[in-house]
Amino acid sequence: MANASIATGAPTRPRYGSMSRDRRWALRWSYFFLVLFAIFFLMPPIYMLITSLKTSAEISAATNPWWISNPTLQNYIDLLTQNQFLVFFRNSAIVSICVVVLTMSISVIAAFALARMKFWGSATLATGVFLTYLIPETLLFIPLFKMFAWVNEMFGIQLMNHWWTMIILYPTLTVPFATWIMIGYFASIPKELDEAALIDGATWMQTLTKIFIPVALPGIIAATIFTFTVAWAQFLYPLAFTTSTSELVLPVGIVTTLIKGDVFNWGQIMTGALLGAAPPLIIYAFLMDYYIAGLTAGATKG
Amino acid sequence: MADIAARNPAVIAGGQRSGLHKLMQRKSTIAFLMALPLILLIAILVAYPAGYAVYLATLNKGMTRFVGFGNFEFLFGRDTFWLVVYQSCLFAITAVIFKAIIGFVVAHFVHNIPSKGQRKWRGMLLVPWVIPPAMSTLAWLWLFDPSYSALNWILAHFGIGNIPWTGEAGWARFSVILVNVWIGSPFFMIMYLAALKSVPEQLYEAASIDGATWWQRIWYVTLPMMRNIIAITALFSLIVTFANFDIVRVLTAGGPLNSTHIFGTWAFRVGIEGGDIPLGAAVSLFMVPILAVAATFILRDITKRGSEV
Repeated sequence: MANASIATGAPTRPRYGSMSRDRRWALRWSYFFLVLFAIFFLMPPIYMLITSLKTSAEISAATNPWWISNPTLQNYIDLLTQNQFLVFFRNSAIVSICVVVLTMSISVIAAFALARMKFWGSATLATGVFLTYLIPETLLFIPLFKMFAWVNEMFGIQLMNHWWTMIILYPTLTVPFATWIMIGYFASIPKELDEAALIDGATWMQTLTKIFIPVALPGIIAATIFTFTVAWAQFLYPLAFTTSTSELVLPVGIVTTLIKGDVFNWGQIMTGALLGAAPPLIIYAFLMDYYIAGLTAGATKG
Repeated sequence: MADIAARNPAVIAGGQRSGLHKLMQRKSTIAFLMALPLILLIAILVAYPAGYAVYLATLNKGMTRFVGFGNFEFLFGRDTFWLVVYQSCLFAITAVIFKAIIGFVVAHFVHNIPSKGQRKWRGMLLVPWVIPPAMSTLAWLWLFDPSYSALNWILAHFGIGNIPWTGEAGWARFSVILVNVWIGSPFFMIMYLAALKSVPEQLYEAASIDGATWWQRIWYVTLPMMRNIIAITALFSLIVTFANFDIVRVLTAGGPLNSTHIFGTWAFRVGIEGGDIPLGAAVSLFMVPILAVAATFILRDITKRGSEV
């Protein structure tokens, strides 16, 4: 603003004052609308928390739903001492961690090969990876369902109704986009760096582990967070491929076992939903900057 | 190539006599082996199922007989199918437009405030995008509850009577779009905020010296500078919203009377729950044309950006 007033000279002096007043008003309006939007965006998670702290009696009483008269942790105690819920949590945790490890090892190595060691068809493959990333799981679950039945007939391996099947399935969603993000990060590393390493006698694997992985660490962290978030939140595959309560992962477990017919125990459902949302939220709270960097770096689904 | 020659001249010299050992040392072979897990994964678990879906869609219900386009003909004759087509397009287009508008507006407000407070606001406003959609949709389901709706409780203070959020076709569609917008707009906000920061400040200064109003600044400076990112974000979101499953499944399960079913949820209902796998595959295949169009545009945009650099 100061520049503008200097550039246009003395006659605009009074206008400078009005502009800064406009600016102050613009700021007030910005805060006002930001508060409104923040209320809209945070309303469901806050309501989850409010409901989770209420007793069933209070939930079904016709009182102010946004106020807790008798706060209680009973819902949390009930849920966390319930064997079933802990099984869901364990299944989700193991699946997510395995998927993260698997995804990152496949995609970092492949992205390095695609970004730096051009081979026959590598450009096509990079495009192919991107296209795969655009194929949604809603298109694949039916043929996969049939393929699993076929695997059972041919090899006698029952893939249906096991939580560990998710470790095989989730990488179809996570690997393409992790690879895509990593290709982008690796491509931004100056060529001189790896050329220098190769001249000094490093092998390709050494170039990857000693140079590329340390330099692209922010990208790797971002891709890891995303992989975890996607794996933790996936809903369709476990819903289609697992049915026994001991084999469910957390999101499906909460939706299918806590909602029984017409009986909605909302206190427990909201507690479960909040606990299910907690791991990604905690990671996000601590690593927000990596999260946002990853979001804007590889144009991500959303 | 120079790097390899410098490192190990023998590789180049002995390249012709291709023993297995020599072959394994070639750069392209190593690279191919490094990419092999990725290739196998995509081939077995993505490309093959995608092709297999086309084959499945041409079988009869018991998967014993080839029926050609029989499943598609059957679908074309059903009203529910056309309802699903209409709803999928309606949800995707409306939700993406609102996500884009809200994302754009919120990004502007965040951009307006002093930069030391921006991080806090940005962090708060991105929360809907971080929570697993199935979990946050449960919270919305509870907010929309027919007898204990906390939203209706607030609206009652403004003199608005009970709204059947998920009980009536029109409102149920509105609710599905609302939840979609709630989950998706933070993503737009983050993308637009990053784009806004990349617009050079001098352009705005020049515009305000020329006497441009705030509206003209947005229309003639901001929007043209952000055109690329707006297009690509909208296309991505279109794909995801069109192929969505979680929100509809948890919120309405397609009801009331199929009035919120989209391709993903209806394919699940028909194929997995109804046991007619070929028909379910046929339903899900109808997503392909729209996805292909969006993918083509995104790909064109990305290769264009790639060649500019």
